[in-house]
Amino acid sequence: MSGATVATAPDARDTEEATGRRSLVRRALRHPLVVTGSIIVLALAVVAVFGHWLAPFDPTAMDFTARFAPPSLAHPFGTDDFGRDVFSRVLYGAAVSFEVAFIAVGISGSVGVLLGLLAGFLGGWLDELIMRVMDVLFAFPAVLLAITVMAILGRGVGNAMIAIAIVYIPIFARVTRGAVISVRGREFVTAARAMGQGPWRIMLRHILPNALGPIIVQTSLSLAFAILAEAALSFFGLGTQPPAPSWGRMLSEGRSFLHQAPWMGIFPGLAIMASVLGFNLLGDGLRDVLDPRSNR
Amino acid sequence: MSVRYLLQRLGTLLLVLFGVSILTFSIIPLVPGSPARVTLGVQATDASVAALEHSMGLDRPLPVQYWSWVTGIVLHGDFGKSLISGKPITEQVRHRLPATLILAFTALLIGLLIAVPSGIVSALRPGSARDLAVSLMSQIGVSIPDFWLGILLILFFAQVLHWLPSSGYAPLSEGLGAYLRHILLPAATAGVISGSIMARFVRSAMMEVLGNDYVRTARAKGLDPRRVIGKHVLRNAAITIVTIVGLQMATLLSSVVVVEIIFAWPGLGSMALNATLQRDYPVLQASVLLFATSFAVINLLTDLSYVLLDPSLEYA
Repeated sequence: MSGATVATAPDARDTEEATGRRSLVRRALRHPLVVTGSIIVLALAVVAVFGHWLAPFDPTAMDFTARFAPPSLAHPFGTDDFGRDVFSRVLYGAAVSFEVAFIAVGISGSVGVLLGLLAGFLGGWLDELIMRVMDVLFAFPAVLLAITVMAILGRGVGNAMIAIAIVYIPIFARVTRGAVISVRGREFVTAARAMGQGPWRIMLRHILPNALGPIIVQTSLSLAFAILAEAALSFFGLGTQPPAPSWGRMLSEGRSFLHQAPWMGIFPGLAIMASVLGFNLLGDGLRDVLDPRSNR
Repeated sequence: MSVRYLLQRLGTLLLVLFGVSILTFSIIPLVPGSPARVTLGVQATDASVAALEHSMGLDRPLPVQYWSWVTGIVLHGDFGKSLISGKPITEQVRHRLPATLILAFTALLIGLLIAVPSGIVSALRPGSARDLAVSLMSQIGVSIPDFWLGILLILFFAQVLHWLPSSGYAPLSEGLGAYLRHILLPAATAGVISGSIMARFVRSAMMEVLGNDYVRTARAKGLDPRRVIGKHVLRNAAITIVTIVGLQMATLLSSVVVVEIIFAWPGLGSMALNATLQRDYPVLQASVLLFATSFAVINLLTDLSYVLLDPSLEYA
């Protein structure tokens, strides 16, 4: 008898969850911010993945006869001080930006969510310890913390990923902890406890799925910030190293020729802005759909 | 505000500052290679590096090194010496700290001058063309990279129009005109970005207050709309606005670091990057410690100010 109850209840719940998920997806697809953000992000993702096929020139090929050529049909974004095609470099740069952003946010999301789950669900001294360490990390301005981590690890794109990941761990931990605290007292958690389920199973099967909304929103917003941070670190000469085409690096190279060839600085900057705008719009829209309470 | 609450918050601040000092101190033990090697150069013999390490106290146990570093700063304001110039870092800090503070406050002022009026305008007529314009401006402001905005402002105002200098700093002693001309572009860069972020929050704070019964009553009894906004709405939205300013300081200080670098502003942010590029770790430590400490103190002041404005929050 009890076996039958246990067997039917999850089915009913699964159907309910599936319907809930479908209605969420429908609402998301009708939300103008989600739609606009997704279009921008998808377009840039296509550029990031297929940029090397779309680019008309080799991004590192120099042509000293065509230095500082203004935008034209042959070079839609002009050429730089080495005669390299800025359009091709911007297309290739998308891959660098997206790769760094996704890996960095992947690391900070995994670590931050785990810490937030532990702090929020287990509470007590562990919560105090984790959150105080997060407070300490939070006390450093983001860019300065990233610069400091780079000072310790050394320059390079891999280290930039680690630096950016460290900067965003406290944000994920805080968001997750808040979401966990808001669901940990609910009936289904008490029921799972009463059924004798272990803490890891409860955290991963019952609490995490119900706390996912704010985490998804934060992931989108963090991707925006990670793209900005990578560009900033490369701009300062700490991230991607020449001759690799990174948007931040291109801006820093274009800066010396601003008056002579403004396109060297304008197009990479527009590319950064478009990506950040895309992820921000997506994050804001998803917040409206998934997490309406924190809308303010 | 109860004394207990104040002491509790001060205790948390001290704990955070202790953590900040440990992390900042750890920079030197964590970097590969010895700071003595940075000072002497790669050609130096191991013996001379060891001798310099001894005179710098780097051969002592880490807790002893930490204690002497932290007490030097707290008791004597002594941040140690630069590995590159050999000069006391405190001298640099004395010049650079005021420059950073002036830049941060001017940027905050510009940010508020943008955020408060545009937040109010857009909250008064939600869905109107003005509201949409403010939302759009705000989205762009949030997404525009600060270093790129700085470059564009330099291109336009310094290189095309020749109205303002593209970099540098003029202290007030050189006259108000020179000072303002130098601070305007860097402060506007950081201010526009934080202002557009704050505008969204001012808008929602205003909307929340505008929906209250007392606002409707004030309007119904025929009060001048300007008086309703000034006396009833703004005063009650102030708590949220103070909170936003406090929270915004993190983004603002990050922007200040970037802006200082772009505009060669002689503050603590550009000091941090130069120190990183030259591997002058004690100078980096000083900058990081000062930024983090100011931010932690600003956080505490934000918390205390909104408890002062709304005492019920103390128990929340």
